[in-house]
Amino acid sequence: MSSAQQVLPLETAMRDGRARRSRWPIRLQGSDTAWAIAFVIPYAAVFAAFVAYPIVIGLWMGSRPALYATLFSDPRYIDTLINTLLFVCIGVNVKMFLAFLVSGFFMRRRGWWGRTLLVVFLLPWALPALSVFLSIHYMLVSQWGLLDSLWSAVTGTEGPLFLVSRSTAMTANIVAYIWKWLPFWTLIFLSARMAIPKEVYEAASIDGATPLQQTVHVTFPLMANVYLVATLLSTVWTLGDFSTVYFVTSGAPARSTDVLATYGFNQAFTVGRPELGAAAMMSALPLIIPLVILLIRRLHRSGVQL
Amino acid sequence: MTDQVAISGAANPDRSARRFRRGRRLAGNIAGAGFGAVLLVWTLLPVYNMLLIALDNEGDEFTGNLWPDDPSFESFWVIWTQGHWYLEHFWHQFGNSIVLGLATMVLTMVVGSLASFAIGRMQLRRGRLIGDAALLTYILPTAILVIPFVHIMHRYGLSDSLWVVIAAYVAFATPYAVLILHQYGKLVPIELDECAKIDGASPLQIYLRIYLPLMTPALIAVGVYALLLAWNDYLYQFMLLSSTSNMTVAAAIDQFFDSDEAPWNYMMAVALVYSLPPIAIYFALRRFMSFDRVWG
Repeated sequence: MSSAQQVLPLETAMRDGRARRSRWPIRLQGSDTAWAIAFVIPYAAVFAAFVAYPIVIGLWMGSRPALYATLFSDPRYIDTLINTLLFVCIGVNVKMFLAFLVSGFFMRRRGWWGRTLLVVFLLPWALPALSVFLSIHYMLVSQWGLLDSLWSAVTGTEGPLFLVSRSTAMTANIVAYIWKWLPFWTLIFLSARMAIPKEVYEAASIDGATPLQQTVHVTFPLMANVYLVATLLSTVWTLGDFSTVYFVTSGAPARSTDVLATYGFNQAFTVGRPELGAAAMMSALPLIIPLVILLIRRLHRSGVQL
Repeated sequence: MTDQVAISGAANPDRSARRFRRGRRLAGNIAGAGFGAVLLVWTLLPVYNMLLIALDNEGDEFTGNLWPDDPSFESFWVIWTQGHWYLEHFWHQFGNSIVLGLATMVLTMVVGSLASFAIGRMQLRRGRLIGDAALLTYILPTAILVIPFVHIMHRYGLSDSLWVVIAAYVAFATPYAVLILHQYGKLVPIELDECAKIDGASPLQIYLRIYLPLMTPALIAVGVYALLLAWNDYLYQFMLLSSTSNMTVAAAIDQFFDSDEAPWNYMMAVALVYSLPPIAIYFALRRFMSFDRVWG
């Protein structure tokens, strides 16, 4: 989810990755080791109590095979799986590609209006998800919402009811998701673009490369690593995304636009079957675990060293 | 220029080439301005919608207008005076949100800096494990943990306490703090610690007198991150806080959202008021945010 993962050390991590580790040349002595362990204890305790323990309990809650039989016999669960895949595949990839393009736009326009526009453009990221998704919900919810008013002002006909059909409601979720998270990834790509030395472009343009060729053959290969890591990271976060669907459509119409997080939440707290909810969340693990392993390996090889 | 004068025969095609290039730049600028305008509308539409609804004094229905015909600040006045039964405890709940944010910020800074000092500066053996745990927590989506988390807290009778929510946010914010502080710590020469050590300083003194003062910029970034995390998340707040006296604004808004009678203009006004602190922080720090490495 979202707000927990607003800022990330990605580009810093990636650039510093190749720096050598500094070593304390004097070996730790007895009392120093005790100090170091004492310093780590608060973090270890918080991690054990509020991250590791809930993970174990969650796995235990969702461990009965019968739960999965129940899940797969629920047609709404199948719909939820399809929605989640659509949401993640379309949402993440469109967002990343747009972020790549928009970062190029801001890279070129660094005059006063480009900078001002960037400050405004980052607003969705700075605003609480709760506020903006509620606002988007009200834009869509009735035929007098802002979008329908705009529609009828421009075309003169009545606007569509967005939350009545599954396809428009799902589209609304994906667009709202892109709206909220595009600025953040644009910022990440913008700093990655700024790290590319100017000389590379000068050399390319002396060789006669057009701007398009420069983007395809210079910028993209140099940013491929950042792009890949960003996409993987965003995929994992989006698989657990709750706020978009919860506020924008709330599963409407008739809970046909749920994703795994909202489906699990609904089962656990509205229907009152926490085990089933936990099992629904756990069913994302076959996708999440390989991605996490891939990501940690990739970050270790090309970046973060701890 | 002088070259062109010298080779006068080449002047003509050259000028047309320059005109072509100027034309292309003009076209590029127009396209850029158009793209900028699209971005502006795209970004501001939902924000404008919040204002539009909040400034309307009819709460229960939409007027279908594109701009407020009769803008009134009534809904903001109602919030200020707590003049609706949904908003009876608004400022108390706002205070709770602030306590939640500040406590998360301070605890994250303390726990994160202690851990990163131990693994980065003191080279604790197997410190790498801590780093991996941090990275794993950072990658995992927090919503996945909410069901077991709430289950555990109910079992131990710890739900409906602000401190449980604070503990959850500290657990989710410290991994980022550890990662960032560790990276930033590499920029501070390790020789400083060695000198202090030779002069007889204990690790605690090195941490307090050398590490913390030199790490101030990174600590501020980490603190703001934790504050915003606590302010912008709501899932854990409305799952764990149930009594009106312990609720935060985020938890209260969700209660409105669940009931159909909630007046929309008050809700949007609350959402706007709730958005003001992060916006203020964002504008105050945007210098660091856009291009400073520390911000990440």
